[in-house]
Amino acid sequence: MNCLVNNNLCWDILIIGAGVSGCSIARELSRKKANILVLEKEEDVCCGTSKANSAIVHAGYDAKNGSLMAKLNVEGSRLMKELSKELDFHYEQNGSLVVMLSEEERPELIKLYENGVANGVEGLRIVEREELKAMEPNISDDAVAALYAPTGAIVCPFGLTIAMAENAAANGAEFQFDTRVNGVEKDEGGWKVLTDKGCFRAKVVINAAGVHADEIHNMVSDDTMTIVPRRGDYFLLDRTTGGFVKNTVFRLPSKFGKGVLVAPTVHGNTIVGPTAIDIEDKEGTETTQAGLDEVRAKSGLVVKNIPMRQAITSFAGLRAHEARHDFMIGEIAPGFVDCAAIESPGLSSAPAIAKMVAGIVEGILPLENDPDFAAERKGILDPKTLSREERTELIKNNPAYGTIVCRCETITEGEMLDAIRRKPGARSLDGVKRRTRGGMGRCQGGFCSPRVAELLAQEMGIPMTEVTKCGGESRLLVGNIREAMKEGC
Amino acid sequence: MNDSVQMVDVLIVGGGPAGLAAAIAAREAGIRNLVVIEREHNPGGILRQCIHNGFGLHRFKEELTGPEYAQRDIDRANELGIEIRTDTFVLSVEEDHTVTCMSAERGIEVIQAKSIVLAMGCRERPRGALGTPGSRCAGIYSAGTAQKYVNLMGYMPGKRVVILGSGDIGLIMARRMTLQGAKVLACVELMPFSSGLNRNIVQCLNDYNIPLYLSHTVIDIEGKERLTGVTVAKVDANRRPIPGTEIHFDCDTLLLSVGLIPENELTQGAGVKISPLTSGAEVDDTLQTSIPGIFACGNVLHVHDLVDNVSAESQKAGRAAAAYAKGELSACETVCVLDGKGVRGTVPQRIRKGAAEGVDLMFRPAGVVRNAACVVRCGDREIARKKAMIFTPGEMATVKLSADVVVSIDGDITVSIEGGE
Repeated sequence: MNCLVNNNLCWDILIIGAGVSGCSIARELSRKKANILVLEKEEDVCCGTSKANSAIVHAGYDAKNGSLMAKLNVEGSRLMKELSKELDFHYEQNGSLVVMLSEEERPELIKLYENGVANGVEGLRIVEREELKAMEPNISDDAVAALYAPTGAIVCPFGLTIAMAENAAANGAEFQFDTRVNGVEKDEGGWKVLTDKGCFRAKVVINAAGVHADEIHNMVSDDTMTIVPRRGDYFLLDRTTGGFVKNTVFRLPSKFGKGVLVAPTVHGNTIVGPTAIDIEDKEGTETTQAGLDEVRAKSGLVVKNIPMRQAITSFAGLRAHEARHDFMIGEIAPGFVDCAAIESPGLSSAPAIAKMVAGIVEGILPLENDPDFAAERKGILDPKTLSREERTELIKNNPAYGTIVCRCETITEGEMLDAIRRKPGARSLDGVKRRTRGGMGRCQGGFCSPRVAELLAQEMGIPMTEVTKCGGESRLLVGNIREAMKEGC
Repeated sequence: MNDSVQMVDVLIVGGGPAGLAAAIAAREAGIRNLVVIEREHNPGGILRQCIHNGFGLHRFKEELTGPEYAQRDIDRANELGIEIRTDTFVLSVEEDHTVTCMSAERGIEVIQAKSIVLAMGCRERPRGALGTPGSRCAGIYSAGTAQKYVNLMGYMPGKRVVILGSGDIGLIMARRMTLQGAKVLACVELMPFSSGLNRNIVQCLNDYNIPLYLSHTVIDIEGKERLTGVTVAKVDANRRPIPGTEIHFDCDTLLLSVGLIPENELTQGAGVKISPLTSGAEVDDTLQTSIPGIFACGNVLHVHDLVDNVSAESQKAGRAAAAYAKGELSACETVCVLDGKGVRGTVPQRIRKGAAEGVDLMFRPAGVVRNAACVVRCGDREIARKKAMIFTPGEMATVKLSADVVVSIDGDITVSIEGGE
């Protein structure tokens, strides 16, 4: 990828971080006539908190009434459905249930209900055991009642983030990957952002750096901030478990601690997790035995007989936790906007966060509407949604759609090539996986990854030995067999 | 729409050793209108990447490499004029014998078959199924994926290797990676016994001084981008790691050989009854599944140790599928084959009353037992007995029931391991 460093160029808006917040802000601002640059230290969008979370859209009853989190969660939740049509990503309003397991917890459940009503969450009601059992046949026999939120939903977090990024790019925003910000300095008429790829100048800088947002914040402000990476471990179960629960099922937080959720995913898997373990390492997404054991132990509390043997993978993600437990959004220095401490429900709030940040930017920098802005984006074509005739026609025009690469998820070469050729496109195995689901099925890429690597090498014009799992040093192969023999080990 | 439906007598899903053997047997039984559907560009299945020798000792009485073994069946299939549609993926198999497939060349095709043989093979159990904690960095491969990189594509996945699991592919890859210049540091097995063949332990580990750690497992995987090391620990009788027994290995590669799973998504889609013990279809002595006219054989039915046995089983399935297509295999009453003490997942699960052919009962011993006998009883009556110096889960056990014995079966039979230590 070309480096966009140009000392004479001053960007109108520079966004640090290409997670769901950064990409959503870029997309929102791409409605305006402005040149926008998104800097990302990883090789792709959606590589941090945005890629490893519960994949749900919270209804908004949880966040404390009066907080920014509460306001943006409810707004984001309301915007998400329309947005999923406009940007063509997977979203489903499946409802959510917060389950109490003993009568003595009822005051807490009612408190949660009242908080939700005060936040403006629609349709909330408390359902009693019988109705709950009818709604969720696999609910625990100990379940007494639950808070039901019909507006609770599930979403593909990769789909949402990538859709935002692609639409922003289609409307002129630029993305530069593999670029780490090392410093931010005041500059005439704006800021200088110093990176390992050179210096970028911008009139307005937006800090959407996820778990690293405190480091960026502290580069410009004396009022320091500390973000604690709060790790959450998860299990993902095979699609054969689809429908095990219909709603997203939570345990009512109680004196026994916070439970883990059990939820369907938009692709028909079941997700179980997370833990909440504060750690120091901001790249510490390794799961631990203790964490995984905790998920296993807690998962059975609200839903019985979860088929944990159907686990196809486990993973961990980091939430950007800040002690005040609220989103920190605002202009902290002239032309420098924080979008920090975006922990859960950050994914749910992303569309509203983007509107709020765009509003702040417009207060700093007067921007005209871009008459050429195109709000709609089409996702990667899924041939499974076509009729047999349409599919045959598609294959006739483009035979790549007739070749299955990922057999577990039946993903064709055509879909993978589309994923690689898009802007910003996939540049690694994980990039292809997030965009197409290729390699995300029950064999976890065992069969298809060699072929996906070949497609990446071919499309990117690089040797096989340069293909990575997720950028950086994550190369798949150390050499061809002859070289390896010569070098020894 | 009906004009676009192709009609065949026998359709075989999969062109590996099982599918080829079934196709050849069906053709030799007089079926002319048959087709093999293969998703890869070449037939031969996983044998194509198994370039080591040791195949065919039973069937051909000689030591062949995997590709050589496969080529014998491919040559025979070609000789018989069997149509193998390669680069073609079966999207679904229906209970009414409708098969939908897709290829770049012909788009979507619908085929109606009188009988169907399922021969899709198996896949490797991935890391996720183990729940091993740690990083999800690059450098972790299933042994078969690494085998494909090295043997078919000519690339080395790494230089310092630890192998988790002692399945046969893992053992074979320990030797292969060593011969290719890599250092294999350890082979780590959770159970107190190996799940691979004894000959592979000797020829692939011992001959190269690669240590086998039994009752050990990987408890942590390190590395941000590429693997940098793993931690191994001894496990107790409940397979939980024992604190204080940790061993650390600096390595760039972890190969997994932790089990094979029959690939039965199409089978399940058709509504065929699956055995929770074998993860394959439940079949009778003709390899017929719970759906009349749908047969299963090879590793999609249950995971075999030897391809020779896959071929033998698949020939039987091919002949039965041919008989069904000709209307010569009628439904009849069956008895159940039950697992007794020390026995898991006996195949077939049913035997037709009055069946006229001999039947091989195949199963995995549930644990290691020495100097014991496998005994088959029909009610109180002993109908077969086979002694062995050792029964181990790593080696599939077979008890042959002769045609005379099979004819005499009048009720459910039980297979157990008796005596021994």
